[in-house]
Amino acid sequence: MTDDHQTLALLLFSVFVAITLAITTWVSRDRQGSAEEFYAGGRLFTPMENGFAIAGDYMSAASFLGISGLIALFGYDGMLYSVGFLVAWLVVLFLVAELVRNCGRFTLADVVAARMRERPVRIALGTSSVTVSVLYLVAQMVGAGTLVALLLGGEGEAARDWTVIGVGALMVIYVSWGGMRATTWIQIVKSVLLLGGTVTLTVLVLVRFHGDFDRLLLTAAERSGHGEAFLAPGLKYGGDWTSRFDFISLGLALVLGTAGLPHILSRFYTVPTARAARRSVVWAIGLIGGFYLMTIVLGFGAAAIVGPEAVRGSNAAGNTAVPLLALDLGGGADSTGGTVLFAVVAAVAFATILAVVAGITLSSSASVAHDLYASLRRRRAGPRREVAVARVAAVGIGVIAIVLGLLARDLNVAFLVGLAFAVAASANLPVLLYSLFWRDFTTRGAVWAVYGGLIPAVVLVLLSPVVSGSPESLVPGVDFQYFPLQNPGLVSIPLGFVAGWLGTVTSAEIPDEAKHAETEVRSLTGAGAV
Amino acid sequence: MYSDDPWYDALASGWGEADVADAPDAAPPRAGDVYLEVQRSAAFQEVRSRYRRFVVPAVVGFLSWYVAYVVAATTAPGLMARPVAGAVNVAMVAGLGQFLTTFLLTWAYARHARLRRDRAALELRWDTQELTRATGGGAS
Repeated sequence: MTDDHQTLALLLFSVFVAITLAITTWVSRDRQGSAEEFYAGGRLFTPMENGFAIAGDYMSAASFLGISGLIALFGYDGMLYSVGFLVAWLVVLFLVAELVRNCGRFTLADVVAARMRERPVRIALGTSSVTVSVLYLVAQMVGAGTLVALLLGGEGEAARDWTVIGVGALMVIYVSWGGMRATTWIQIVKSVLLLGGTVTLTVLVLVRFHGDFDRLLLTAAERSGHGEAFLAPGLKYGGDWTSRFDFISLGLALVLGTAGLPHILSRFYTVPTARAARRSVVWAIGLIGGFYLMTIVLGFGAAAIVGPEAVRGSNAAGNTAVPLLALDLGGGADSTGGTVLFAVVAAVAFATILAVVAGITLSSSASVAHDLYASLRRRRAGPRREVAVARVAAVGIGVIAIVLGLLARDLNVAFLVGLAFAVAASANLPVLLYSLFWRDFTTRGAVWAVYGGLIPAVVLVLLSPVVSGSPESLVPGVDFQYFPLQNPGLVSIPLGFVAGWLGTVTSAEIPDEAKHAETEVRSLTGAGAV
Repeated sequence: MYSDDPWYDALASGWGEADVADAPDAAPPRAGDVYLEVQRSAAFQEVRSRYRRFVVPAVVGFLSWYVAYVVAATTAPGLMARPVAGAVNVAMVAGLGQFLTTFLLTWAYARHARLRRDRAALELRWDTQELTRATGGGAS
């Protein structure tokens, strides 16, 4: 990559940072510092705005660069991966979005705590939410560092380290100054940029093949060297039975985890009613579905136009497939068009990472202040004090994410996103569904459901080939690998549900019928919703 | 498009309102009893069963379709590789089919909720809030 590419990409990215900082200053100019304002942006976003923001929270650089890269290298198996990310939204739409909007105020724990003894439930759910957020955050931070090294040809370690620190500092500024209102507008801007970039590239790919999708597929298959096998599943996830079960596990985690991601759930509180929450999810499904359909075109386009060897030569994981495709579509490495398109794609990828980390930081600071701090202090703090704590928590989480991002710099962190989804599906989803739909659910059941999913998920990863026992492990030297799969979902998700059931049937507590009636009536009608 | 939308003007009402409601006098019913009463009412049971009659089969349907797709892709690549038309094979049709069914179910759910559930739910919401206000217990 030449200096021209770098300068232009840096320039575009600086413009994005300047715009987002201006938004942050603008929306916080007369902020009142209330909890409503900080956690939920005043609850007055329209469904369309929130739909774009949800899509912005969800479409990470891992999807934009990672999935199309996977398709460019492994063909159909990359597409297989993207399907789970979309189908997951039906779980959110049918079972979670409206009901959570009606019952809760700011966080996931609000919904469950309304029926149960508040303190243990909040501590459990606060812990699992922060765990999910930190896993997801570290994956994004390391991704940001790697991306800089790849796209800007950052030679030394210094460029990567400063990127991680810079991204961390920016997200803390957005969140602690601007709260949910600024974060939402940043998501919307990023979503529009990302979709604009993706649409442009997709159109250029289709124009190159005269709109003939069939020929695009055939050319991709031919250039890949795999022939027809490139268009069928099996190249990446097909090997031995372990890797097949690994994919089934990942697929389950993806489809069930989205509905338990704290930063997605907190988005439903930014609209006034459950009806608006539903319509924002409908918008989000349209945008996200369209986006993943376009990544399929981009992935096969990169295989057909750039060729898998060139992609693999630039980055073994395929993360540079889309930037290389942009360079080619614009007219080649030495042309103005190529330089501009490449720079645009690089800047869009940065913007994507920045917006996603801001969203996660905000929701985890809400979990710390609203759930953990408020319960651990016993005495109830005033809402203003709580917001002050949330701002400090955002700084703390930023520091943790920067440090972990720097420590994990050279590790292969691709498994972290799958793990974050697995923990969300095992620890957050069972307790949420039980408390919305099960009359006899008790406090002990709720606490067991959270820890019964969280602990197995984390322990199984520690015992998996991700951590030890293979050359690519985090600790390559030693071998304490007892669990064969990289993703724990296949085991830990059922365990979360079983633990919740077991805790409930063994508890002496008599389920409060009135509290259940309240949750059920409120969740379906919106009575008493804030 | 949503001109007959019952939620159109229904902004959220604050929880705080209940706090300033008239003070409880001689042994008012508890707020919890109001919810029990609403839960047992025919109107609420109708809303709940309409919701469940759509959501339960839909969830079972799309989850089995997704799991079948993932399991087939990982365990039966031969079947998935069978050509359908040109370069398009069974796997491609199934994958794009997942996108299509997701969009269709989203549309069907939104339509069902708008036409069959929203109006009744909104009436129940106001009625319930009236009742809880009368108890002075508040919504929480």
